[in-house]
Amino acid sequence: MKPVWRHLLIAGLAGSVLAAGVALALAWEPAIGRVPRPDPAGFDPAIVARGATLATIGDCAVCHTAPSGAPYAGGRALGTPFGTLYATNITPDEATGLGNWSPAAFRRAMKDGVRRDGEHLYPALPYEHFTHVRDDDLDAIYAFLMTRRAVDSPAPPNALIPPLGFRPLLAGWKLLFLHRGPVEPVPERGEAWNRGAYLVEGLGHCGGCHTPRNLAGGEQGRRSLAGGVAEGWNAPPLDGSAGGWSIDALVTYLGTGLHSSRGVAAGPMGPVTEGLSQVPAEDLRAIATYIASRTGNAAPVPVQERAEEAARAHPEGAGLFAGACAACHGGGAPMLARNRPGLGTATPILAADPRNAIQAVLQGIPAPVGPDRPFMPPFSDALGDRQLAEILAYARARFTAEPPWRDLQESVTRIRKENTRP
Amino acid sequence: MTVRLTINGAERRVESPPDTPLLYVLRDEVGLNGAKYGCGLGQCGACTVQLDGRPVFSCLLPVGALEGRQVRTVEGLGTAASPSILQRAFEEEQAAQCGYCIAGMIMRAQALLDRVPDPDEAAIRAHMQANLCRCGTHMRILRAVRRAATAMRSTVSRGTAP
Repeated sequence: MKPVWRHLLIAGLAGSVLAAGVALALAWEPAIGRVPRPDPAGFDPAIVARGATLATIGDCAVCHTAPSGAPYAGGRALGTPFGTLYATNITPDEATGLGNWSPAAFRRAMKDGVRRDGEHLYPALPYEHFTHVRDDDLDAIYAFLMTRRAVDSPAPPNALIPPLGFRPLLAGWKLLFLHRGPVEPVPERGEAWNRGAYLVEGLGHCGGCHTPRNLAGGEQGRRSLAGGVAEGWNAPPLDGSAGGWSIDALVTYLGTGLHSSRGVAAGPMGPVTEGLSQVPAEDLRAIATYIASRTGNAAPVPVQERAEEAARAHPEGAGLFAGACAACHGGGAPMLARNRPGLGTATPILAADPRNAIQAVLQGIPAPVGPDRPFMPPFSDALGDRQLAEILAYARARFTAEPPWRDLQESVTRIRKENTRP
Repeated sequence: MTVRLTINGAERRVESPPDTPLLYVLRDEVGLNGAKYGCGLGQCGACTVQLDGRPVFSCLLPVGALEGRQVRTVEGLGTAASPSILQRAFEEEQAAQCGYCIAGMIMRAQALLDRVPDPDEAAIRAHMQANLCRCGTHMRILRAVRRAATAMRSTVSRGTAP
């Protein structure tokens, strides 16, 4: 090797080592010392109750509870494009939960995404949103969590694509995507709207699913609420590009999981509405007020019913629909009583992308949270890809005026395969 | 239209119209009355049979979709004289009150035990959740499934029977 190259190489290496050192120094966060586990009796019950409501709005239990597991004890797997993360135990257990965390350590985790011991947290904890939450609200959530039953339950280790297991890298991610600071009030919009904006952009973290993400997994700030993907389901746009909602319709839908002319909350939205069914009416209305200001209030599309044309175009689909679907979705079906929506109003069947319609027939819609929520059984084991595609093509033609979905069977095959991954 | 499918190991040709739910074909054409009509809406599980080893609601399964597939009903497990391990466990736990849901319960439970010989309580409960019993014998049904799992493991470990 010529000397000049050798010098350049050495200089380059030295530069890289220096840059890495600077980066690591920037990524470094101190540990916050352990505190003895606070006595649950020491918390003001009114603050604990407020924390319970806020934790419900924040959906903490949805991610931090394993299927059939103890509430808040963690262990639920979250599949991401970067591998599988496991939600941690946020009960006050000292060994495996938050037992020795101080309020300051909890606030830092929520606002800056840093663990008590100084390690960076993955943005599966939506601190992009929680960073906007006021300290007094975070302290109320802390009081609520610290008064739960402590459960000894370590989270399984994460399984991420290398080198993402190296947490200091997250400091760089935060430089790009973590925008701290409060949600700025807009006084002329009124109290409900401002409360809604604070809840939706902060604790509610609606954008976590409903805002598209870039290749690095950061939310695309300029496309806020323009629609995203969550756990294999499309999270529809809330920016008006896919239909409008009135405040009242949103209150009904978010608070019950069901709206007679809008459809049923399915997939990851089911647990969200289950949580929102328990929050105070004024907070629900505030959330609806803000979301409705983003969606606009365009009227829903008129319902179609073109059974004969659809049967001519898709005779096999018509027969399969009659045997598998019509008992609930056909004319006069008992399932359509009690204000349950017909298929022609359901957003998945009207959407340009068939993903959610495919997921609904493959996975079904799980057990109800309220007396009027329907249960739809899964059909993944009962019907094959071609049969499901025939049924969906027929239903699209019968109940909507939208153009046929293309490559439907291939999409069913692909999404079925995706669903088998952990 | 003729549909060829396998029912309890035997190849069958059935002639019902293709949109007929499998449940009606089993009961009315094939003469297997184990699977029951409960709600007809896929909500209760009384009609549960196995399709290629998976539990499905036969009331929502058009027979035209079943060309070449394997159906197993409660009649395919054992007989009154010689019940299967799972059927015997249901007897021993007296898990039936009116009995209407039991064929479906057994077929759903058998599908789990065929795949998972040692299911934990959470797995049993999650798997059985789709089937309802209006008499309220769920606790006995769960005990019967646990008893059958234990019995099947000990038979397998002694190498006497599948």
